Amino acid sequence: GRCYLYMKTIERAAFPRRLWERVLLSKNYEKALEEIDENLIYWPRFIRHKCKQRFTKITQYLIRIRKLTLKRQRKLVPLRRKIERRENRREEKALIAAQLENAIEKELLERLKQDTYGDIYNFPIHAFDKALQQQDAESESESDAEKEEDDDEDMDKREFVEADDSDLSDFEDMDKLETSSEEEQEEEEEVEKAASHAKSKGKTPLKGPARRKRPYIEIEYEEETEPATKTKAA
Amino acid sequence: APPKAIPKTIENQREYDETTVDPNDEEVAFDEATDEFAPYFNRQTIPKILITTSDRPRGRTVRFCEQLSTVIPNSHVYYRRGLALKRIIPQCIARDFTDLIVINEDRKIPNGLLLSHLPDGPTAHFRMSSVRLRKEIKRKGKEPTEHIPEVILNNFTTRLGHSVGRMFASLFPHDPQFIGRQVATFHNQRDYIFFRFHRYIFKSEKKVGIQELGPRFTLKLRSLQKGTFDSKFGEYEWIHKRREMDTSRRKFHL
Repeated sequence: GRCYLYMKTIERAAFPRRLWERVLLSKNYEKALEEIDENLIYWPRFIRHKCKQRFTKITQYLIRIRKLTLKRQRKLVPLRRKIERRENRREEKALIAAQLENAIEKELLERLKQDTYGDIYNFPIHAFDKALQQQDAESESESDAEKEEDDDEDMDKREFVEADDSDLSDFEDMDKLETSSEEEQEEEEEVEKAASHAKSKGKTPLKGPARRKRPYIEIEYEEETEPATKTKAA
Repeated sequence: APPKAIPKTIENQREYDETTVDPNDEEVAFDEATDEFAPYFNRQTIPKILITTSDRPRGRTVRFCEQLSTVIPNSHVYYRRGLALKRIIPQCIARDFTDLIVINEDRKIPNGLLLSHLPDGPTAHFRMSSVRLRKEIKRKGKEPTEHIPEVILNNFTTRLGHSVGRMFASLFPHDPQFIGRQVATFHNQRDYIFFRFHRYIFKSEKKVGIQELGPRFTLKLRSLQKGTFDSKFGEYEWIHKRREMDTSRRKFHL
């Protein structure tokens, strides 16, 4: 930007259009100061001094503007209140509709079913469970006798099955209903209960301050006929 | 009595988007084999991520950046002291970074996320909202460990959603360590992407428990550019145009 010097004389006070007289100052700082001096030659000293001070300040901020435009500038994008509110509300509703925890759990169970985890988790498969229950139903006395001769783990299993009613009902349900909403509801309740108590498993560092209310016994299924496939992650 | 009616939800009534991806679509499969993420999905490159902020980050943003770097393996946080993005990008490429994340901040909270895949990859600009740091989440878990987490991408149906989903997937290394039992979830619902980080336990075959650890935030896609970050001359693949795209309540783009 170029700087101009504007002068006003009282004789021209009657003509507002011709009131101000304009002089273009040179770009050179010192020459401009001299031009101010020659134009305001008969004016009082104080006014001349103040004019030159003002001119100095103006040139300084013009220099700063030019420097800043070369650097990166922050672009201010105005927020629109209505839109912000609308988006926040939609986000809340989407969050409720999403049911994230259920979705994540479903996905993890699917991955478990599709065997992406390999042999880390040794859960018995559903069919095997059914077969086991059928076998028990057919030959109860024989299986009982066999089980009595078995290890402690099977003893634990029997105790476990008799003592805890809730788990017994669980197994019964797993038998009758393959995948049903009731089961999922039970699962959800159990998951909520369990999620509130932090669980600790032997091999992992996960610990929580509260232990489970029921005595926790690890179930390991061992079949007598086939060789036991015990695969645990090291 | 009439049979029980299925309740109408927004997801049920969603307007059919013509760019929805069919799982058996050959064209899409071919595209994905030849686009910028092909080297990642062919296991040629290991992701290395640079996280940075806008100028002068405040405390909350700084803490969020640190937590984010614990969640994403192989990531580094660098402060930006007035450096222009255009100059950072060639340096990053020279140092072998695969992704760049810039967290934009406003009034002491992070509110924008810029994610760009580095060797000439797409750049996505998101609006970030509802950021919760780890101490604000109600849970009793410990910090995320150094194991590589699993990744879950939910509900990315359209072509646009597919490419965004692949961008997110390319942040994480390929082989998740199941010992760590950690899972990072990007769930898309009505154009909002929710990010959560959990630790899971399989209590039995049909029950899994999850415990939330790690920060959480939600993203909304604002624009997707083809090349790396370039505000003036970049070629935009998709911009959110409010007047055209926000007209219907049942139309979503991701």
